[in-house]
Amino acid sequence: MAYSDKVRNIYNGSLDEIREKGIFKQERYIHSSQAADIEVEFPTGSALKKVINMCANNYLGLSSHPDVIKAAHEGLDTRGYGMSSVRFICGTQDIHKELERKVTEFLGTEDTILFPSCMDANAGVFEAILTKDDVMISDRLVHASIIDGIRLAPAMHDTFKHSDMAHLEEKLQLHADKRLKVVITDGVFSMDGDTAKLDEMAALCEKYDAMLFVDESHSSGFIGKTGRGTHEKYGVMGKIDIITTTFGKALGGASGGCVSGRKELVEMCRQKARPYLFSNTIAPVVVSGVNTVLDILSKSTERRDKLEKNTEFWRKGLTEAGFVLKDGDTPIVPVMLFNAKLSQDFSKALYEEGIYAIGFFFPVVPQGQARIRTQISAGHEMHHLEKALEAFIKVGKKFDILGKTKQEIIAKYGQ
Amino acid sequence: MDEMKDVVLKYVINEYLEDEDEVLTYDTPLISGGIVDSFSMVSLKRFLENKYKISIPDDKATPEAFDSVTKIVKLVNEFLK
Repeated sequence: MAYSDKVRNIYNGSLDEIREKGIFKQERYIHSSQAADIEVEFPTGSALKKVINMCANNYLGLSSHPDVIKAAHEGLDTRGYGMSSVRFICGTQDIHKELERKVTEFLGTEDTILFPSCMDANAGVFEAILTKDDVMISDRLVHASIIDGIRLAPAMHDTFKHSDMAHLEEKLQLHADKRLKVVITDGVFSMDGDTAKLDEMAALCEKYDAMLFVDESHSSGFIGKTGRGTHEKYGVMGKIDIITTTFGKALGGASGGCVSGRKELVEMCRQKARPYLFSNTIAPVVVSGVNTVLDILSKSTERRDKLEKNTEFWRKGLTEAGFVLKDGDTPIVPVMLFNAKLSQDFSKALYEEGIYAIGFFFPVVPQGQARIRTQISAGHEMHHLEKALEAFIKVGKKFDILGKTKQEIIAKYGQ
Repeated sequence: MDEMKDVVLKYVINEYLEDEDEVLTYDTPLISGGIVDSFSMVSLKRFLENKYKISIPDDKATPEAFDSVTKIVKLVNEFLK
C-alpha cells in the first residue's frame, strides 16, 4: 500500500482549494423517477421535499413514459440484462442494428454507429477520421466533450468566435491548404440555448470544401418542425457530414450516443474509434427503450409541439416579469443574474419555494455571466409552469432584480 | 518594424479579445497573461507565416516567443532575414 498520509494530504489540499473557490459540486439525492414532480433529499439527511424540476434534460418528458418503460421491460425479457462484450466481438444484437437504422432514418443521414455515450462519440470521432495533415475549426463555445475529442486527434486545431460567420470564413481561408477541413459546432449551445447558423455554415463548408460536424445532443427529438434537429430547423438536412447525439437527454434520457453521417466516416469509426472498440456495448434494455422513443417521435410531433408551447409561455412569462434572459427560442432558458453568489442564493430561495433549478457560474459559464439555467419539458403541465413562474417572481422581488437591466443588477450585486 | 507591430497587434485584438474595453499594448503578456491559449497559437503562427511568407519551425514557436506583440515581431524578423 502506498497511500500514505502525504498522498492523502495532497488530495485533501486539492479538495479544500475547490471548496474555497466555491465550486465544490454536491449531489442532491432524488427518491423518485425523473419527471416534472420529483422528491428530493437535500441537504443530505433532510426530509424529502416535493419540488418541480426545472433543470432536467428531459425535454420531451420521455424519461419515465409508460411506453418506453414497457419497451425496456421487453428488451430485458427477450434480450437479457447485459452483453458482456464490446460491439465487434459478441456485443451486437439485432436490436442494436435496428437502432442504428432508425437513427439514420430519423436524422436523415447515410449511416450510424452507436457509442456508450455522446461523450464517447465526441471523444472518439476526430481521432478516427483525421490525420496530422488535416484541420479542425471549432466554435469557441462547443461542449467540453468535443474539446476532449479535439485534444485526442492528431489534426491541427483552430477556433472561430462564437457564431461569427465572417471569422469562420477567415479561418477556412487561412487553412485552405489542409488536406481535410472539419468545421465543428454544437447545434444548440447548452449553456446559452442559442442555435448554430447551420444554413450559413453549410454554405461556407460547401464553398471551401470543408466537412461540417454538429453535436445535436440538445436538439435531437425536438428542434425543427418534426424534431429531427437543428439541421431541420435551418433546412440543411442531408448536408451535415457528421452528427453526434445522445440518447441521454430528450430521447429517453437513459444513456448512449452515436455518430451519424456519411457512410465512410461511420465505417472509419467502426474500424478505429477507441471508445467504440474498447468499451462495452449499450445494454439491451436501453436499446429497446430508444427504439420505442424513435417510434413515438416518428409517429407524432405532439410532444415537441407541446414543448414549443411550454417554452413560449415560459419565455414570455419571465420576460414580462422583468427578468434578463439570453435570447433564443429553445427550451434552454437562461435567467441572467451575472453574480456567482446571487445565482447560488437565488437557487436556494427557489428551492424553498418548491422549485428545483441550479445556478451556474464561472468556470462553467464565462466570468460575470452567472445564471439560473431553466430547461423546459413536454412533461411540464401548465400548472407546473404557473407555479414555477410565481416562485421566480417572488424570489425576483426578494432580490429586487425585476425590471432591472444587466448594469443595474451588476451595480447592486457586483460581477 | 512599427508597421508590423501594428498589423500583429490589430490581428491579436481582433482574434482574441472578447471585451471591447480591454486594452492591449505591444508588451501585454499574451500567453502568460491568459489572453491567448496554447491551442490558439496555431492560428497566430499560420497568420504570420501566410502574411510574411515565412516558415516558423515548431521548436521556435514557443509560448515564450509568442508572449507579446514585441516578441512576436522579433521572431518574425529572424525569419525574414
